[in-house]
Amino acid sequence: MNSVKNINRLLIANRGEIAARIIRTCQHLGIESVLAASQADLDSLPARLADQVINIGPPPSLQSYLNVEAVIKAAVQVKADAIHPGYGFLSENAALAKASEKAGIIFIGPTIEQLHAIGDKLKARENALTADLPLVPGGAVADAGEAEKLAAEIGYPVLIKAVGGGGGRGMQVVHDESTLAASMTLARAEAENAFNDERLYLECFVERGRHVEVQVLGDGDNIIHLGTRDCSIQRRYQKLVEEAPAPDLDKALRDNMENSAVAFAKHLRYRGAGTVEFLVDTQRSSFYFLEMNARIQVEHPVTEEITGLDLIAQQIRIAEGRPLGMKQEEVRFNGHAIECRLNAEDCMNNFLPSPGTVSAAHFPAGPGIRIDSHIETGSVVPPYYDSLLGKLIVWGEDRATAMIAMKKALEHCQIDGIENNIKLHRAIMASKEFTQGAVDSLFLNKLLKTTALEKTTNG
Amino acid sequence: MSLSHEDVQEILLLLDDTEYDELTLETDRFTLSLVRNDDKSGWVQETETRGKRQEARLASIEDSEKHSEPEPTEAGLLDVRAPMVGTFYSSPKPGAEPFITVNSQVSPNTVIAIIEVMKLMNSIPAGISGEVMEFHAVDAQFVEKGQLLMRVRPSE
Repeated sequence: MNSVKNINRLLIANRGEIAARIIRTCQHLGIESVLAASQADLDSLPARLADQVINIGPPPSLQSYLNVEAVIKAAVQVKADAIHPGYGFLSENAALAKASEKAGIIFIGPTIEQLHAIGDKLKARENALTADLPLVPGGAVADAGEAEKLAAEIGYPVLIKAVGGGGGRGMQVVHDESTLAASMTLARAEAENAFNDERLYLECFVERGRHVEVQVLGDGDNIIHLGTRDCSIQRRYQKLVEEAPAPDLDKALRDNMENSAVAFAKHLRYRGAGTVEFLVDTQRSSFYFLEMNARIQVEHPVTEEITGLDLIAQQIRIAEGRPLGMKQEEVRFNGHAIECRLNAEDCMNNFLPSPGTVSAAHFPAGPGIRIDSHIETGSVVPPYYDSLLGKLIVWGEDRATAMIAMKKALEHCQIDGIENNIKLHRAIMASKEFTQGAVDSLFLNKLLKTTALEKTTNG
Repeated sequence: MSLSHEDVQEILLLLDDTEYDELTLETDRFTLSLVRNDDKSGWVQETETRGKRQEARLASIEDSEKHSEPEPTEAGLLDVRAPMVGTFYSSPKPGAEPFITVNSQVSPNTVIAIIEVMKLMNSIPAGISGEVMEFHAVDAQFVEKGQLLMRVRPSE
């Protein structure tokens, strides 16, 4: 575990903006990048940026990006030292980690035991409890009868969740007993489909909460945190806007959350980059552990912008077996960063996904502006994968400055040929509530009800 | 090595001190065009990275799955077509009973299939009332927008 093994050739088992993002770090570090791409992505921007591309199968994810055997075969064939799984797909998949180990290839992520301890949400709750973290009231429910009993105990509304995974799948909000049994059936089917694990658990549903998470880095012995991110602006459990640090948190609460995240990671002897997610009850100034994500996250750039660190480079360094390169007191926080996720979806038409060909992509450029995207003029957005087109990230000396910069940047952002959500981001940045301070998870729905987005052909 | 974010920032720093409002840079590997905003407050970038392989566009995949439509088996049948591109599923989950089969009675709100596009599952309603006479889509296959899914004998 303590021996250092250099990574000279890296297989990227992912696609889209995160594949492009990982390739950039490889270029900086002088690591050879090999992209494992499905047939639909052989001509994508990441495929053009990578030093080498290997076709891992037909377009559907199950036959390519979710196919452990195909990924390992590709890694062995190109003689890769390591596999970076990105986020989503196989990023937290213990089977891939195991198969990598067997093939003598480094899996960039935590240990197999840690993947199990975090991936099973009930085990994660147990671990959080042992590490003394506050938990949302709830627990495992085997059937509707048990669910009714527990729900009556903790009070409605409740949230049914899948033990095997996240991403909003298998999740159902239940407001009273009359719909509980039906929601359990639906959640079970979804959980079985998405995670091949029909087990469910139930939690108290906090309607007016903020979603705040803490980025951690660990080498197995030492754990540090890189501050908070606020991801309260979500639609159907999908994050849309994120910022770092989380605004309007009093110091005691922030310190407490950061220390809890470190305590949880220490308890696991965590190795790699991870994120501990919390639900913040703003009225009571309290917080609860939700789950931990054992991967790089979509919103990692806002943390990079305020710490000056390259999180992908940190992941690679840790995976090579090196100790953390810094102590907690050496982490410097500077300014404020905001990220808007640009999605190929029609916000005028119930957010219907909009695959197709991008006839023109114009992105803002200048100091403090960063674009993480795999999209450029002429790119094809295939219908097989998620709708993320890229991320627009801005940095400012403080939140107000960053907000103004984001507004300006969005004005000069235009993607033609497919529907996208740029005008929704403009509406969010124009809203008084968000510009004035932190918002909770109800904000976006309220905004969607009260704001008429202008129908335009562009942007 | 391709053009990085830092490269663009450095080029912009140089450009900021000039009176030029536009720059187009063309190399073997990429085209970068930078245009100053009308109010001179910043820049807009557009890039095109050149491929180093033959084009492997989606077209080839789509072409192979396009097939010509069969003639209707009787007159007066109405077509039900895919309202979007995506993966067609004839049943709510693998192994389950299909939503409908030939001879099923449908009404406008009857769910006839699920089409998955970009990880989002969309229930597809029949849109008309009548009896299903022909079924043309294959489970778990990709369908184009407007592709024929089934034909229905409308009820009077």
